[in-house]
Parts: sequence; C-alpha cells; structure tokens
Amino acid sequence: MSSEENGQGRKPTVAVFKFASCDGCQLTLLDAEDELLEVADAVEIVYFPEATSTMIKGPYDIGLVEGSITTHHDAERIQQIRRQCRTLVTIGVCATSGGLQALRNWKDVGEFVRRVYAKPDFISTLKMSTPVAEHVPVDFELRGCPISKGQLLELISAMLAGRKPNIPTYSVCLECKRRDNICVMVAEGIPCMGPVTQAGCGALCPSFRRGCFGCFGPMESPNTASLTAQFRVLGQSDEEIVRAFRGFSAWAWQFRQAGEECERS
Amino acid sequence: MNERAGPSRNIKVDYLTRVEGEGAVHVKLKGGQVQDVQMRIFEPPRLFEAFLRGRHYMEVPDMVARICGICPIAYQMSAVQALERILGIEADPAVRLLRRLFYCGEWIESHALHIYMLHAPDFLGVPDAIQLARTHRDVVEQGLRLKKTGNRLVTLLGGREIHPIGAAVGGFYKTPSRAELNSLVDELQWSRDAAVATASLVAGFDFPDFEQDYEFVALSHPEEYPLNEGRLVSSRGLDIDVSEFNDHFVEQHVKHSNALQARLRERGSYLVGPLARFNLNFEKLPEVARQAAADCGLEAPCRNPFRSIVVRAIEVIFACDEALKLIAEYHPPEAPRVIAPARAGVGHGATEAPRGVLYHRYEIDERGLVVSAQIVPPTAQNQKRMEEDLWQLVPPLAALPVEEITARCEQAVRNYDPCISCATHFVRVERE
Repeated sequence: MSSEENGQGRKPTVAVFKFASCDGCQLTLLDAEDELLEVADAVEIVYFPEATSTMIKGPYDIGLVEGSITTHHDAERIQQIRRQCRTLVTIGVCATSGGLQALRNWKDVGEFVRRVYAKPDFISTLKMSTPVAEHVPVDFELRGCPISKGQLLELISAMLAGRKPNIPTYSVCLECKRRDNICVMVAEGIPCMGPVTQAGCGALCPSFRRGCFGCFGPMESPNTASLTAQFRVLGQSDEEIVRAFRGFSAWAWQFRQAGEECERS
Repeated sequence: MNERAGPSRNIKVDYLTRVEGEGAVHVKLKGGQVQDVQMRIFEPPRLFEAFLRGRHYMEVPDMVARICGICPIAYQMSAVQALERILGIEADPAVRLLRRLFYCGEWIESHALHIYMLHAPDFLGVPDAIQLARTHRDVVEQGLRLKKTGNRLVTLLGGREIHPIGAAVGGFYKTPSRAELNSLVDELQWSRDAAVATASLVAGFDFPDFEQDYEFVALSHPEEYPLNEGRLVSSRGLDIDVSEFNDHFVEQHVKHSNALQARLRERGSYLVGPLARFNLNFEKLPEVARQAAADCGLEAPCRNPFRSIVVRAIEVIFACDEALKLIAEYHPPEAPRVIAPARAGVGHGATEAPRGVLYHRYEIDERGLVVSAQIVPPTAQNQKRMEEDLWQLVPPLAALPVEEITARCEQAVRNYDPCISCATHFVRVERE
C-alpha cells in the first residue's frame, strides 16, 4: 500500500494480533534481524504486544493475524479486528487452517479438557479450533508452521508497492527439483506429503532426508487420492495414512477429506 | 489501567506486553497493603497433552515444538530424552554433542531476544527496541547480530530458526560436516565478545534493591553447566533423578489463574531459570563467563530477580564459548540416528529451556503410540513465584503514582521472561 493510497502521505500502520498459537509466526518478523530496522522505518508498527508496549488504537492499514479461533471471546474479537483493519492477512497454519490444536475437532473436547485440567468447570473453550477465514473475510493468507521469513518480507514489500505478493501455490516437489534433491519417496520409500503440500519452506524436510509432513498445508488442487494410493504401495496402513493427513494442517478441507476418505475405506 | 479514589487502588496490566503470549496482572492495594495478586493468563488452551495421545512417538518432537515458537528445541530435547529412555536408545556421543550445540543456539537467540528487545526497554524507559534503535542503533544492531548467531546455529542443525526439523528420536535426520560447523566459528567468536560487552552494558542498569528468599531449582551435571541432562537439584537440598519429578512436585489448578501452578510438595513455590542455574552451577561456567560475572559485580547466589538480565548475558557468553568448544571437538557420528523397535513403557525427560527446567513424561504402547503425555514448562513452575514477588514488591511502592507501580510490576514479571504460550498449552484464565 503506497502512501498515496492511504491518502495521507504517511507510512502505513501495521498491527499484529495473536489468537491460539505458539507466537512463532509473529516471531518471524523479529527474526528478520537484517531487515527488521528497515521494515520499522518503512511502516509504522503501532500494535504488536510481543515486541512493544506501545498500543495505539485502530483503524490500521495492515493487520497480521496469528493463531486460530478457539474461544467465544476470540470469535468476537476477530470480528472487531476485521472492522479495524483495511487489509487483513492471516499468518501461519493456525490462522489459515486451525493449527495442530484443530485435532480436537475430531474428538470430544470436554474429555480433552477433563484430561488436562483438574477443575474443568473453569475452562471455557469452543468445541473446534477454526481458521480465521471461517469467521471473517481474509485478504491474504501466508501459510506455514512457521511462515517463511522470505514470504513475509515479500508480502510487506508488495503491500508497500501496492502490488500482489508473489507467493507460489505449487507443491513442495518443485522446490525439491530446484534443489536437486533426490526424491525420498521414490529412492528410499519414505512417505512424503510433498506432492500435495504447498511450497514455501524450500523443501526443508526432504533436504534432511525425511518426508514432508505438510506444515504449509494443501497446495492448489492437490491430488490426495493419488498420494493415498502411493502411501499404500509403500505399505502404510490406513491408520498411518490418516495420521499423515491429520497433522499440522488437519482441518484444511482437502486434507480433512483425504483423511476421512481413508478412514471410511 | 484504572485508578480508584480513596485508599483502595487496583494496579491492572490488562495485556502484558513484551512477553510471549497473552497474560495480565492485577494487584489490589488497600491502605498500602496488598490485598490480592493475580497473574492472569487468558491465552487460550491448545490441549497438547490430550491430542498427543494416539500419535506415533516419531511425530512427538515435531508436535511438541509447536508449544513454543521461541524455545522449540527445548521441547524437542526433553521429548527425545524421555522417549529414548523408553526405547532403550543410548545416543551416540557425537549426537549428544550436536544436541548440546543445537541447544546453545536456542539459548543465544532466546536470551538475546529477551535482553535486547523485551527487557532492556524497561530499564531505559522506552516502549520497545525499535525506539531504542533511534537513539542507540549500534546497541540494537549488536543485539540483533547476537540473536542472529544463535539462529544461524539452529538453522544449520535444524533447517530453520523457528520449529527446526532436524532433531529426531535417536539422533538427527541429517548431521553436519565439520566444515559446515567451522563456518560459524568467526561469528561465534565475535558473539562471545559481544556477549561480554552485553553483560557489562546491562550490569550498568539501575536495579531496585529487591532480594528474595527463593528455593532455586535447576538441573545439575557433574562436569557441565546444565543444558540437556542432569539431576534435579535445589538450593534447599533436593537432589533427585528426573524420573522422580512427580514424587516431589505437584501441579495445582487454581481458580484465579486457572494455571496448573507447580510447587514443591514439601515447601511450596520455587524458581527455575537463569538465576537458579547460575546459583546452583556457578563453578561449571567457563572462565570467560565467571570473569565477566566478577567484572559485573555479580556473585552467586544472586537473589535479586531484576538482575536476571545480567545472568542471561553471562549465559550467552557461556553458550557462545560452549558452542566453540563443541565445534572444535566434533567428528560426525557414524549414523545420524539410531533406530530402535517400538516397545511399551514410561519415560521421563528434563532439560534446561532458556526459561528453566522443562519436564516431560510419556507413556507409549507396544506399537509406539502415545498413551499419555505430561508436560511441565518453566513458566508454569515460576508462575506462583512471580505472584509472590509482586506481593513483596508493591507495598514499599504504594505511595507512588499508579503508572509507576504498574510499570514496576510489569518489569518484575518480565524478570522471568515468561512464556505464556508455553504455560498455556494447558492453562486457561477467564477474563472478567
């Protein structure tokens, strides 16, 4: 977003909000050690409780939202935040697909709470952990657990320039090819979620000779049926295949469907 | 924050800033007396211990990492220790070395983050490190470069800074060459010097006179400053194997905070983290760190929590120095990891997260699936002690304006570098 666009010749204001999450995606901004001070010069960070005691009220030009919605209070809070942000960007797998905590969505959350807390009556939580986009319109999503620092900086640069961010929606396989990785699934028979997972990590896990576990969520139009068939060829049980889809991006509908299909078969 | 007329006043921090996660502090004052202190945590629960059940043990290190974006390695290291005990795996000495090195990276990045970006602003009267950079850019740049050194070490062994993917039950998925590790030596040497400069810088801050009578709890190892293994010891004579944790510590679910606050069965609250490690293991620190402590006028035992920022700087010196020693000793293991067949059992693990002792206990079945999990993070253990600090801190300040008392309370909480996201994988506090 250029300064002309916001109409007042000032730097765009940025606010960072947190819901159910580990703080890792917002930490990505503080981990941009080489760029942080430059970013802080280009935008006005006006609300970012993890990093500053300054808390300026909205409206904001850009809102970055981390975390999933798991309480009644948070379901209301995201509505207020949406009203305050001209552009709302969800960052990370919790905000974009409910996160690991969405594993409760297949279980009895009351039983979960009783297992963890001595006095479950004190606990208020929703039955489901859901992505922000199930509650309010979202302008852009950054995937990943955590998000990629490069993608975050690309997003900020694109917004400052008033252009669309260049974030690929193809699979991790392309990143493996680009890195000249030998395919772990073909060469070593290691189950890998790479063929159905969106790129962005730089094919990290296959580069460490292990299978991708899908932390960037489903790519655009993933062929999950074909991957399920391949996992069976590798000798994976239905239970193992369900666990593969029902992991870091469990509640993303393509993975949800793939896991449930496998469970029914 | 609000101020009521008359002798009764409420100190309220409704959203603690410069901490990891969502929390609040309420202190009720009446006529100079503290009536109540509540460390409130409204971070929503994520219920890790419940959804880990039924997952395979090989998935556990990646999953528990997600409890905390700041200290994922701590979670991975406590988990692999517990799970390897069940499986009867003895890690290769080279793997043990790499784990220690990995952990040094996390300590450097986490402590540098806390010293420069979260805690120093309190002492310098600015809202954040970005404001600080406007007047002291070189200081902030030094902090960022130090933090980056830690992150580079983590990235080399784990692929990325946050939620690294290199660690496995049995070892690592891939181990580095000596040349790869040697590429970090110059930067680690710079960082060790920068950490000494950091200690000297923060030791010059103005510290309130606030000595407390803590029971310090930390790991202790016969030869090493504690990182990834040791017995659990305390300043009042506790000395137990990690597997005895539940015999000596209890977690209580209290209404006002709904945190499962840990306490010693016999004696109540205790303190984990840099102060505890420093006080219980001072003689294991390398000469360069002990000398820096002496130059800062810091002696063990240090009982002033406000000086924990200096202790963190001393620990960064240690971590850089230790990393250099480990890199010099390193020879790659024959295999990156040991693979053992699944077997049923119960295992315990405890390591020193940047914020203190992190205890894990797992039970797995004969197929390798998790039957039960228990995770006790450092911030949950320190929570009661944080409240007790506020009970002691506030009365002498009672005549001050509410804003000043509030600022001092926030600073006192930040002494602990609380990681509420960690504590809250099982913690929930109702908002008023």
